Amino acid sequence: MRESLTSVGPERLLAALETVRDPELDEPITSLGFVASCAVSADGDAQVSLRLPTYFCAPNFAYLMVADAYDAVSAVPGVRSTLVVLEDHFASDAINGGVAAQAGFARTFDGEAVGELHDLRADFLRKAVMAGTDQVCRPLLAAGTDPAALLAMTLGEVPPSRPLARLRERRVELGLPAEDDAPLLIDPVTGLQISAGAVPLHLRKAQVTRVSIEANAGICRGMLRYRYVTSGQGETPEEDQ
Amino acid sequence: MYESNGEKYFVVDGHMHYWNAAPDNWVPGAENYAEGWIKCFHAYQGLGPPETHWSLEHFEKYSEEDLMKDVFEDGYVDVAIFQPTYLKEWYKEGFNTTERNALMGEKHPGKFVYNTRWDPRDGDVGIEALKRNVDRFGSKGAKLYTAEWNAGSRGYKLTDPASYRFLEVAQNLGIKNVHVHKGPTIWPLDKDAFDVADVDHAATDFPELNFIVEHVGLPRIEDFCFMATQEPNVYAGLAVVIGGLMHARPQFFAKVMGELLFWVGEDKMLFGSDYAIWEPKWQVEGFVAWEMPDRDEFADYPRLGTAGKKKIMGLNAARLYDIKVPDEFQLPAEAGTPVAGA
Repeated sequence: MRESLTSVGPERLLAALETVRDPELDEPITSLGFVASCAVSADGDAQVSLRLPTYFCAPNFAYLMVADAYDAVSAVPGVRSTLVVLEDHFASDAINGGVAAQAGFARTFDGEAVGELHDLRADFLRKAVMAGTDQVCRPLLAAGTDPAALLAMTLGEVPPSRPLARLRERRVELGLPAEDDAPLLIDPVTGLQISAGAVPLHLRKAQVTRVSIEANAGICRGMLRYRYVTSGQGETPEEDQ
Repeated sequence: MYESNGEKYFVVDGHMHYWNAAPDNWVPGAENYAEGWIKCFHAYQGLGPPETHWSLEHFEKYSEEDLMKDVFEDGYVDVAIFQPTYLKEWYKEGFNTTERNALMGEKHPGKFVYNTRWDPRDGDVGIEALKRNVDRFGSKGAKLYTAEWNAGSRGYKLTDPASYRFLEVAQNLGIKNVHVHKGPTIWPLDKDAFDVADVDHAATDFPELNFIVEHVGLPRIEDFCFMATQEPNVYAGLAVVIGGLMHARPQFFAKVMGELLFWVGEDKMLFGSDYAIWEPKWQVEGFVAWEMPDRDEFADYPRLGTAGKKKIMGLNAARLYDIKVPDEFQLPAEAGTPVAGA
């Protein structure tokens, strides 16, 4: 009895992995199909295999996903040990070994990197904030709100939606204002409200950032499908097309 | 030449290859990389129409006859621009070198433009090789792959001091067009390898050179677009955009085209098939037939008309490379002249 009460189900692992995002695509690695397998023994030894769309996917982003998966799985109550393995990648050995040893990126790629990946992650969170701004503003504009009115809006005045919740989460992660009284349109670097004259350009930048991320996600999904015939754990079908 | 609805299009394929990625060309000890590279390319082909997919074996090494048929006989291309990629750490004779391209091309006079390349980490030896290639093959353009591995280094930036030295030499040798291709690695690895900020700086500091950003900066279209609006000598190479999205993701294709037309404009966009990743035939036919969807979400994008398609299909590249275009393909005067090359 005691065993079954404390053992960790694979669904708990999958739930933990759903919190891990591809920093470039701003989507969970589960829904993208990057989780090839995840399992946990009765004793709490967790094993996760990750896969990516190509052999040459950028090693810095690959490292972040493996490291984040390691952290997320390790934090699941009842998990005693964690092994995360990136498959079929040119830097698999370096990344898997570096993450297992908790070495950090710079030591994992000794001589090839000068620092950790915090700045890189923040840069892509800012892109996610821009893309999320388009996701939130586009329906408002379509419903007849004019851009000047958007400028005057606070987050609390936007009707609740999944994109709005997501935008708030990304802003929180960056330390940007995300409360109800925070302006909807802010500079993702300074956190300051956009000036009136800059609104059209800001919205255009938000739009192209979203298009860029979504087009990349489309290509990545297509490449992954071509590379692996099986679906990933927790993979969800593409929304487009 | 492609003809549709009574309109004639002069087709310049601005980005194509003649590679050998078969096992006989793999460097011992680097087989995983050589195989991984070509399999990655092969997966990209999977984004094109199924009837255009090749076997991996054919894809690794195709013949001169295959290329001539696919690109010129079936593919409507009038002039094709070779973009060499060396990768000599993985492929014994290089993936596709200036020499390999030119040896094939010289049997077909007038069909090809031979771009060369350089690697700023090669120092004086690289400078001499560049001079020889320009002298021997008449190169007016160069393709730079910034993620190339070289003696333990995983890449470079255009703003590296050594890069500026090469850009100066190249300009003095008469190189006009620099095609920049970003890849997944760079030094240092903790930076975003796809960042195009270095192209921005180089374009400002070398205003007489044209910088064609291949794959329109994919996966950083937004960074590329912001930069291209500010730099008059920066162009969009459409390889991968058409091949990778037009068939597989038509909605995203329309949106990416809309963004490019808005930020960059039809005067600064160049067709490239990326052959042999994708054959030009379906790309030319599909692009000429393509229209921006008539729906609300595409309403604020510029439209692309016949004149714009003619520019993108060939007239813009012809201007950059001084390729003679017969009168029947030229735009009527009121359509405006395509982009003036620097």
